Amino acid sequence: MSFTPNIQAFCCHYTSQQTLAEGPEGLLADGFPKSVTIHRVACTGKLEVSTLLKAFEDGADGVYVAGCPLDKCHNLMGSQRAAKRVAAIKKALTELGVEPERIEMYHLERGFHPAFVKAAQEMDERITTLGPSPFQGGAK
Amino acid sequence: MIIAERKPINEIMDMVKDAKRILVLGCRGCVTICSAGGEREVEILASLIRLGKQKAGQEVSTIEATLVRQCDKEYIDSIDQWDGQYDAIISMACGVGVNFIANLRPMAKVYPGVNTSSFGGSAEQGVWSEQCAGCGNCILHLTGGLCPVARCAKSLMNGPCGGSVGGRCEIHKDVPCIWQSIHDKLVRIDNAEGLAAIAPIRDWSTAGHGGPRKIARNDLTV
Ligand code: SF4
Ligand code: SF4
Repeated sequence: MSFTPNIQAFCCHYTSQQTLAEGPEGLLADGFPKSVTIHRVACTGKLEVSTLLKAFEDGADGVYVAGCPLDKCHNLMGSQRAAKRVAAIKKALTELGVEPERIEMYHLERGFHPAFVKAAQEMDERITTLGPSPFQGGAK
Repeated sequence: MIIAERKPINEIMDMVKDAKRILVLGCRGCVTICSAGGEREVEILASLIRLGKQKAGQEVSTIEATLVRQCDKEYIDSIDQWDGQYDAIISMACGVGVNFIANLRPMAKVYPGVNTSSFGGSAEQGVWSEQCAGCGNCILHLTGGLCPVARCAKSLMNGPCGGSVGGRCEIHKDVPCIWQSIHDKLVRIDNAEGLAAIAPIRDWSTAGHGGPRKIARNDLTV
C-alpha cells in the first residue's frame, strides 16, 4: 500500500527566501517533494511549541523547522530557540511513545541552497519509512 | 516564588486514562513566572493530552483555562462555570492549588500537572534554584542572608561540615557550600564574630515537624 506522508515545514523568511522565489513549479523541478507543505514565518524563534503540536493534531505525519545556522541567525538567537522547542517536543513525543524523529530541526544557509530541498527529501523519506502518524483522528 | 516543573506527559496520560472531558487549569502566579503552569503551558499540555488520546484511539475534549491564583477560595469558586463539563481537572498550579481544589470541591477529580519543587528564584533565564525551605523560624540575620536550612545539604546550623572543600559541597562539585559562602559574607560585612557562637539544637516544630502549619491573624480574620 502506498503512503504519501503529510509533512508540515515551518521555514523562516531567510532560509526559504530564494527557493520560494522560484515558485512551486521551480521547487518541484528541483526535486522538492510534494508531501511537504511550507509555512513561512518571519523567524523560527517566534514559533510556539503549541503551533508545532497543532500541526500533529491537524494530521501531520511529520513536522520540521528550517531556521538559520545556529551561529548565524538573522535574528541572533531565533533558530537556537526554535531548536530547543523542537527538542522539547521530541521529548514529549518520546513520553507519548511516538517516534521523536517525526519532528526535526534543520539549520540551513539563507537564500537558495540545495540543502533546503535536501532537508525536505530527507524528511519525506524518513516519514514514508516510519509510516502514518500514530495520532489518529487528525483531519487528513 | 514557588518553583515547579511539568510532569512527564505519560504520567499525566495515566491519571486521565478514564476521563473523556478534561479541564486543564493553569495559574497566573508563581507557575506562570517559572514557565510550568501558565497560559502557554496549559495550551501545550492540552494539546499533548489530545494527541495522547488520539494515539490511544480515545475521544477527548479539553477546556483550557488559567485562574489568577489557585490558592484563594474566591478564584477556585470560578471553576463552577464549567460544572458538568469535565470529568477530571489537571491543575497546573503548585501543590497548593491541587489541594485547594480538592478541599473546596470534594466531588471533583483533580490531578497534579506539575511537580512542585521548592521556594526559589531565577538567577538566569531558564534556571531556578532553591533559596528558602519555609522553616517557620528564619535565621537569615545570623547567616548573612544566606539560608543554611535550604541551601546546605545537611541543613546544618553550625557549618561547615568536614566535607566542604574549596567552597564546594561534598554532595557535588557543582553545589556551592553555603556555609563557606556564609563565612565569606560575614567576614566581608565585618560581622564574623557571631560565627564563634554555637547555635543551639534547633526546634524544628515550626518547620512542619509539629504537623501542618497554620497562620491565623486576628487583625485580618472576619
Ligand atoms: S531560615 Fe528558614 S525561613 Fe529563613 S530562608 Fe531559611 S528556610 Fe527560609
Ligand atoms: S559541604 Fe557545606 S553545604 Fe555541603 S553539607 Fe557540608 S556544610 Fe552543608
